[in-house]
Amino acid sequence: MILQVEGVTKRFGGLQALTEVSFELRTGEILGLIGPNGAGKTTLFNVINGVYRPEQGRIIFRGEDITGTASYDVARLGLARAHQVVRPLHELTVQENVMVGACYGREQHSLREASRLAAGALDKVGLIDRTDQPAGSLNVAQKKRLELARALAARPYLLLLDEVLAGLNPSEIAAMMETVRSIREDGVSILMIEHVMQAIMAVSDRIIVLDYGTLIAEGAPEAVANNPQVIEAYLGDPNLTAQLMAE
Amino acid sequence: MDFWKRPGFWFPLLIVLVWGAVVLVVHQALMRETAFILLMAVALASSLNILLGYTGYVSFGHIVFFGLGGYMGFYLLSVQGWSLIPAAICGGLLSAVVAGLVGSAVLRLRGAYFALATIGINEAARAFVSNFGPFGGPIGLSINFSAYQRYGGAGEALWMTFILLWILTMIILVVSYLVKNSRFGLGLLAIREDEDAAMVMGVKAPRAKNITFMISAFFPGVIGTLYFFKNGNLEPGDAFQLTMSIEMLVMVMLGGMGTILGPMVGAVGYQWLRGYLLTTPVFKDLHVAVAGVILLLIILFVPAGFIGWVRDNFRRFKMVLE
Repeated sequence: MILQVEGVTKRFGGLQALTEVSFELRTGEILGLIGPNGAGKTTLFNVINGVYRPEQGRIIFRGEDITGTASYDVARLGLARAHQVVRPLHELTVQENVMVGACYGREQHSLREASRLAAGALDKVGLIDRTDQPAGSLNVAQKKRLELARALAARPYLLLLDEVLAGLNPSEIAAMMETVRSIREDGVSILMIEHVMQAIMAVSDRIIVLDYGTLIAEGAPEAVANNPQVIEAYLGDPNLTAQLMAE
Repeated sequence: MDFWKRPGFWFPLLIVLVWGAVVLVVHQALMRETAFILLMAVALASSLNILLGYTGYVSFGHIVFFGLGGYMGFYLLSVQGWSLIPAAICGGLLSAVVAGLVGSAVLRLRGAYFALATIGINEAARAFVSNFGPFGGPIGLSINFSAYQRYGGAGEALWMTFILLWILTMIILVVSYLVKNSRFGLGLLAIREDEDAAMVMGVKAPRAKNITFMISAFFPGVIGTLYFFKNGNLEPGDAFQLTMSIEMLVMVMLGGMGTILGPMVGAVGYQWLRGYLLTTPVFKDLHVAVAGVILLLIILFVPAGFIGWVRDNFRRFKMVLE
């Protein structure tokens, strides 16, 4: 078990963003996290990697309680993240961006080692020919790949991917999914948020569903897709939907 | 790191080395005074750049460290009878300690809030020193002329102060280069670009910012001691001039923040302009206003500063213009 989330509750003033969320992620697994907009998915990521501290509950990463640990310390323990809204370090080159990940990630590399690792990570995500370009000059798809390379260069045990497919065209999605699979083959466990259903259904071992801050379903992709509660969360009342579809 | 092989490391250093050597060889008091003021501007701007250029935090009251360090060093020199070098180092250390303490609180603020807080610190320090007995209160301190005897008379003491400032400027340039091109510096640049993303990547931002603030405050403290030793007296009004803080910012922005050569070019360029304005009847009371307009124009049209602009437009100079 690489990650255990136990009864996590997070409030922002009067807004209950997460209510008693519990789940586990097995080592080597790809776990998909889905849910309608505003369900609390990104908040859950922020709680896991220490950006927010939960009001209740515990986060256990590789047997260690990391609840409330600062995000930079969490990164050092081997938990890396790719953001939904890409956050490249604009003025730095693509390579320097990835080197930050390598220098300050789990293995704390020197600059020389980091530049070697960066080349490997950039090769993996297909950005190797952009090495010396300023990160701000990349297009959206490339910036998403850069986020991924940066997270990979940290050599994490667990990778949090927040909508790495959003804004990509179908062929870019297919390429990205291949990359995600190959990362898992390198032994990295993955927790990913995604809205592109076909993609996440195809790549995940298991899926968990969040709605209004509560976990409403968990299981194999097909089971989750046919779960009436999940359909209701996305589409409204399933009977009504069926009726409308029939008409 | 094989930094000593890189032209970007040597180029700014060589300029200062040759410059100071020429002044020493010519051995003319007027030339020395001009060079002193210019080198001091280069050293102050380069110190500020370590914070401003690498972390992106705008310290609007950075002159406070020049004032506090200057006071501490000057007190040790004039009242306690210390010799110049240890007194100057202690002045720097006091500034660094104050920066460390203040920084752990105000570096939590970002953007304009941080800038405002630093102005507050400068004013608070001025008010404190004006009422602090050992530092002479509002009257300030002055040095007994006999103190210069130790260095072979006032004339010799002035030359020695110049040499110390000259060496110090080169040390600052080396430190600035090393910070920028180290693993630590990469973390700072990540903070400058996106602090939250940097922390998620594992950069220990609070500590890194605090250390940088301390380095950036240490040197102005040493410079302050040297400057006031040369002047022979010191008052609260001279030590904590907010306009000097703004001028430091203009110099860094003019030359190009985040570069090694930029603050140097900016400092010399600004001092030249300032000299011209002060000696031109129309502008002589307006030089700070002109500095403000320059700052505005740079931020609007050339945010990368002169060196940044050259680097971006003439790629082949990139090697030399670190």
